[in-house]
Amino acid sequence: MSRLFRLALLLLLGCCPPLVIGAEDLSGDDMRSLDGQVQEIKSDVLDIASELSNLEERLLYPTNTHIALFVAMSENEKFRLDSVQIEIDGELATHHIYSFQELEALQKGGVQRIYTGNIVTGNHELRVTMLGKFENGKDFNESDTFSFAKGVKPKALGITLAGPGLGASGIQVGDW
Amino acid sequence: MIRARLYVTRLALLSLLAASPGHGEELQDLYFGEALFYAHQGQYFEALERLDTEVKQHGELDEPNLDSLYFHIDDAEFSLGDFELRYRMHHRAGRAIQAVLEGAVDELVRNDAAYRLARIHFQKGQTADAMRALDRIDGKVPHAIRDDIEFLRANIHLAEGRPTEALDILRPLQGSAGFGGFAAYNLGIAYLRDGQRQAALDQLDRAGQFAARDSAELAIRDKSNLVLGTILLEDGEYERAVPYLNRVRLDGPFSNQALLSAGWASLSTKNFERAVVPWRILAEREVTDPATQEAMLALPYAYGKLEIHGRAAISYGDALDAFTVEVGRLNASIESIREGKFLEALIREEIRKDKDWVVRLRSLPETPETYYLMQLLASHDFQTGLQNYLDLADLKNKLRTWDASFDSFDEMVDIRREHYDPLLPDIDTEFRELDSRFRLRVEQHRMLVKRRDDLLTTPRPEFLATRDEQAILRRIEQIDAQLQMSDAPSGQASERLRRLKGLLVFTLETEYHERFTEFDRNLRGLDESMAVAREQYDQFVHFRQAASHSYVGYEKPVRRLRAKVRDAVATIDLLMARQGRLLEIVAVEELIARRTRLESYSDKARFALADSYDRATQAQAKADQE
Repeated sequence: MSRLFRLALLLLLGCCPPLVIGAEDLSGDDMRSLDGQVQEIKSDVLDIASELSNLEERLLYPTNTHIALFVAMSENEKFRLDSVQIEIDGELATHHIYSFQELEALQKGGVQRIYTGNIVTGNHELRVTMLGKFENGKDFNESDTFSFAKGVKPKALGITLAGPGLGASGIQVGDW
Repeated sequence: MIRARLYVTRLALLSLLAASPGHGEELQDLYFGEALFYAHQGQYFEALERLDTEVKQHGELDEPNLDSLYFHIDDAEFSLGDFELRYRMHHRAGRAIQAVLEGAVDELVRNDAAYRLARIHFQKGQTADAMRALDRIDGKVPHAIRDDIEFLRANIHLAEGRPTEALDILRPLQGSAGFGGFAAYNLGIAYLRDGQRQAALDQLDRAGQFAARDSAELAIRDKSNLVLGTILLEDGEYERAVPYLNRVRLDGPFSNQALLSAGWASLSTKNFERAVVPWRILAEREVTDPATQEAMLALPYAYGKLEIHGRAAISYGDALDAFTVEVGRLNASIESIREGKFLEALIREEIRKDKDWVVRLRSLPETPETYYLMQLLASHDFQTGLQNYLDLADLKNKLRTWDASFDSFDEMVDIRREHYDPLLPDIDTEFRELDSRFRLRVEQHRMLVKRRDDLLTTPRPEFLATRDEQAILRRIEQIDAQLQMSDAPSGQASERLRRLKGLLVFTLETEYHERFTEFDRNLRGLDESMAVAREQYDQFVHFRQAASHSYVGYEKPVRRLRAKVRDAVATIDLLMARQGRLLEIVAVEELIARRTRLESYSDKARFALADSYDRATQAQAKADQE
């Protein structure tokens, strides 16, 4: 019985459960060696991903027609953003429904690339519509239209969203 | 494990602090913001891909201070290390954090980095390196990690067998808001390892009554009581052990072990009736738990001591049946793992979306009994191996998707080539002609601007003469020259010529300002036209370049990337096979150990069952005789 108690004590005091010590001893070194190799391949794949996204961007979105739209939320906003719809020159560019995780990421200061596409140089019209809920559960729906000019360089527009206030638009658009 | 869970929570909090622009600092770089968007959702591969590229590009700039990332570069480099850590790339994370440490960064940032580096080393079991990293902390320390640093320092001392040093650190941590319960427990362990038994018991007693605020603290409180009870049990102080074991909550993670030990403590003092109580509760719990299995044998043993041999025989029978079923399950599980079903189940998408995916594995058909693997799954090496296997599977999926897109790229390039190749030569010919004309006009414009600028400093009225006036002036000069060379008297003619020139000069001089203003106005108009022409010219050049760039120069990068992707897939296949095989071996070994234990229990149960029947029969016979 004392052996049992010793085992129990080891189980409680030790960093690792004793039942797995044997198995770990057998494989620990191999696991660690493989871990190093896995880290290396992760690094390689990250490099490939970076190279590939660069290539994709050049191929799919040439600089003279490249437009990217980003969505951010104003600081300390507590409203629940349900979806955002964006039209460029009256044509639907994108419609995004937010998951809880995405909403939380925006609230923590993340910036979402909501649309990447191509448009011709010149003047254009951007219409942003957001649907959401206030903290009190009441639904809201707000739209606003903005003009912008596209030159030969890539265009990046930032859309900042806030809960609609009295008379103030909750949607702001600006160059980044 | 609980401590590890707290670490994870703190890690999340820390990463939130680190991975956001500093307080009151507005986000200036949207690509950094984009990386944060992914990181906040736990998508560290995507976050790393974006931030790594952005930081690299920033580093290559001649004037980085003009780049928007310049405002966040310390945060960005720090976050890079943090994301790498989260994506289980400790080697790179260590390097990234080391770079922060060696860079000219704020004291708070450097000390935070040193702490993180220490934590990486500690997780990898490199305790000496961990301590060296902590020793680099000097000056101001972020308030949020002050206790974390000290708690880690104490753990390193404990891990390196220096409990006395750990004691000095842990004592002041007793009042820590985040570590109070954990520090109290660890202090008890430090006393124990320092050979101060009584102090250890007193401290564990205090830790066992700690006012817990959440489930993690409740669990550490239970653990303190369980350890205290077990120490007393081990030392033969059975009666003293019972109250501490009874303090452990019945619904906590340590309740099974506490119930089992409480039963043994009572049994050791020959209080068989009291021993039956915890063991009866435990024997009805999850049969796969080792404590439950032990209680299923201990309970009829206690009945036997109480001379209730009939009930003991029934309980031994129940235990034997349960063990037989479990051995059957274990055999099936071992077989299932050997057939590769464990690894197949692990990478099923629908399972991994669930945060309790390991538990849900059990509900899948033909998958091994994962409950038996739960302890194994909690071990660091196995978990690392498992997570690596899943990461490799994810990487392989990504690479396969990318590989499929290369054919589309090739096709896209071919279509563009077919479209542009016949058009561009004619366009280029036409452009060359226009280009030479445009350059000429640019030169003319430049000359005119220069003339205007010269006239501003040195007025030259004759430069603003009209075409006719210029012709007259030239004619006057010719006649004047002829008159000079002629032998005939020319006084009257010269006088007339002088008057004519005077008239013209008078006009040029008196109208100079008016003419200069007109010239300037016209030139400004020309500036505007030239600007429009320049813009159109630039646009054309840009579009012309874009046309070439849309299909020229892709073959080599696509070919190279395709080869890289395929090489990476081959490497991943190899690593997955090795990693998977290791996981299977370890899992099978664990299940075999469990089966061996159950088989041994079954043997004991079988003999005890027979013995109980005999005793029950004898008791019955004796009762009948009486």
